Amino acid sequence: MRAGRWGRAGLHAGGRRIHDGSPGAKGLARAAASARLAHMARYLALRFLSLALSLAVASVVIFAVIQGVPGDPAAFMLGLNAAPETVAALRAELGLEGGLGQRYIAWVAGMATGDFGISYTYRVPVSELVADRLAVSLPLAAYALILSTALALPAGMLAAARRGGPVDWGIIGATQLGIAVPNFWFAMLLVVLFAITWPVFSAGGFPGWEAGLFAGLKALTLPAVALALPQAAILARVMRSALIETLQADYIRTARAKGLSEGAAIRRHAFRNALIPVLTILGLQFSFLLAGAIIIENVFFLPGLGRLIFQGITARDLIVVQSVTMLLVFAVILVTFLVDLAYAAVDPRLRKRG
Amino acid sequence: MRAPVSLVLGAALTGVFALAALVSLVWTPADVTALAVGERLRPPGAGTLLGTDQLGRDMASMLMAGARTSIAVALVAVGIGMGAGVPLGLWAAARRGGLVDEVLMRANDLIFAFPALVIAILITAVFGPSAVNAILAIGIFNIPVFARVARGAALTVWSAEFILAARCAGKAAARISVEHVLPNIANLLVVQGTIQFSLGILAEAGLSYVGLGAQPPTPSWGRMLAEAQTFFYSAPHLAVLPGLAIVLTVLGLNLMGDGLRDLLDPRLRRAVR
Repeated sequence: MRAGRWGRAGLHAGGRRIHDGSPGAKGLARAAASARLAHMARYLALRFLSLALSLAVASVVIFAVIQGVPGDPAAFMLGLNAAPETVAALRAELGLEGGLGQRYIAWVAGMATGDFGISYTYRVPVSELVADRLAVSLPLAAYALILSTALALPAGMLAAARRGGPVDWGIIGATQLGIAVPNFWFAMLLVVLFAITWPVFSAGGFPGWEAGLFAGLKALTLPAVALALPQAAILARVMRSALIETLQADYIRTARAKGLSEGAAIRRHAFRNALIPVLTILGLQFSFLLAGAIIIENVFFLPGLGRLIFQGITARDLIVVQSVTMLLVFAVILVTFLVDLAYAAVDPRLRKRG
Repeated sequence: MRAPVSLVLGAALTGVFALAALVSLVWTPADVTALAVGERLRPPGAGTLLGTDQLGRDMASMLMAGARTSIAVALVAVGIGMGAGVPLGLWAAARRGGLVDEVLMRANDLIFAFPALVIAILITAVFGPSAVNAILAIGIFNIPVFARVARGAALTVWSAEFILAARCAGKAAARISVEHVLPNIANLLVVQGTIQFSLGILAEAGLSYVGLGAQPPTPSWGRMLAEAQTFFYSAPHLAVLPGLAIVLTVLGLNLMGDGLRDLLDPRLRRAVR
């Protein structure tokens, strides 16, 4: 199955047609295979180049923006009465010496080896802070992603199967509402309902994973639901329209003609083909989840990356802001890149875009 | 041609809030800068239509003035996105396949790669929180959206025969873009505009909720929600009303966008979205 797909792509790329059994078919097939390899190599090289370029430009932009912040962090930390020598010593300690270019290179080189600099306020390596906060942010994002997928895919499939009917309209209406509700307001309502009126969950805070898996998950449940709702609404719509489009394909008509029920046709044939746009949106949603988590973490007082950025901003802890922002952007660019590669593997037609 | 139900409903919802915002420029039921601590936390209906907030300000007036802030920020942000994005998209389409096209589209991809809210927070944090910086932060992210939509739509127009005729007539690419391409892609741009408008309202609410949007005393829905958080027990209407205002405005704009799309492009009517 797989080999067949690659083979077709290769023939397509080579622009030749091969008749099996005709003289010289083997030689031609070998030529097509090497053309295919060269094509793949070129595609991968281009993708990697654009990944590296994106990261380089992103780091320059973030560095430039943060350097544009007025004021000297060392002087800010030590207060008005600090002796110039003390300020100079602290500047050296924080890595604020040297020209812009020098500092940029030092920062990027440090990031590449896992050294994100030293926090101005906490006086510990930023990487330690990040590791602590990731233990909250990553499970939260994953929890929300699982919830939204588990909710959206069945809803989208159901709506597509019952398209035009009352179930479909109900689901469409719900998704319209889901997209329009700001997730932080939804979070507030959840707190009122499930932490105050019926105190099943806590209104905020995080006990830490030391308190046990269950306690940790319980603390993340309301935030994850708040994050997942708008994502699920978007995802369900994409799933629905992708399925409806796929259901109009000829091979679905064939499947129905040979006696498959609509449900079976959806499960066996349409679902997988409709997954491509759904995958795109899932990839994009990672970035929305990261950004959305910044606000949600603040609503629930969760010690995640989002709150770290905020605390960094209020405390003028710029190295934290700079490094954590870069980390988030890196994560998003990487996920987009991986989704792109996944597509190229699934759908050879998309490889041509380069 | 009959207007789709969603268009009518959406336009009506949006219209109500736009009207409230406009009216608030000249009249509000009460002064939103006048504090009356003795009148604080009145529930809706008791003397005032929608009650009063923690500082005794009339909620109806606050919501009207908040609509003004939200709509103004989102509208200008859409303006920035269209103003810069559409010409860039048209330019890329006119030079399709060339270096300009490639560079513009890669730059677009790059901006898309940034989690928008992260950078919006960065900008407002660095240059100080204010409505103007919120507009800029939201507006910048509208640019690649409009550039992409404009380029994609313009590419199909460029392959049309009347473009060939215009080129034979000796018109320059820039003139063709303005005279022939732009009118033919205006539909799509309007639909995208309503979508970005609603996203802008949500983004503004988010930014001002975390204190990075419009600053006091300018009323803003997001900040009203943030301030309401401590009054969940005593005055739930403070947390419910601004949220409802955001939801209804965004819902209205989205319905209007869907309706417009159906109206302007009947081929898409079956797929809905």
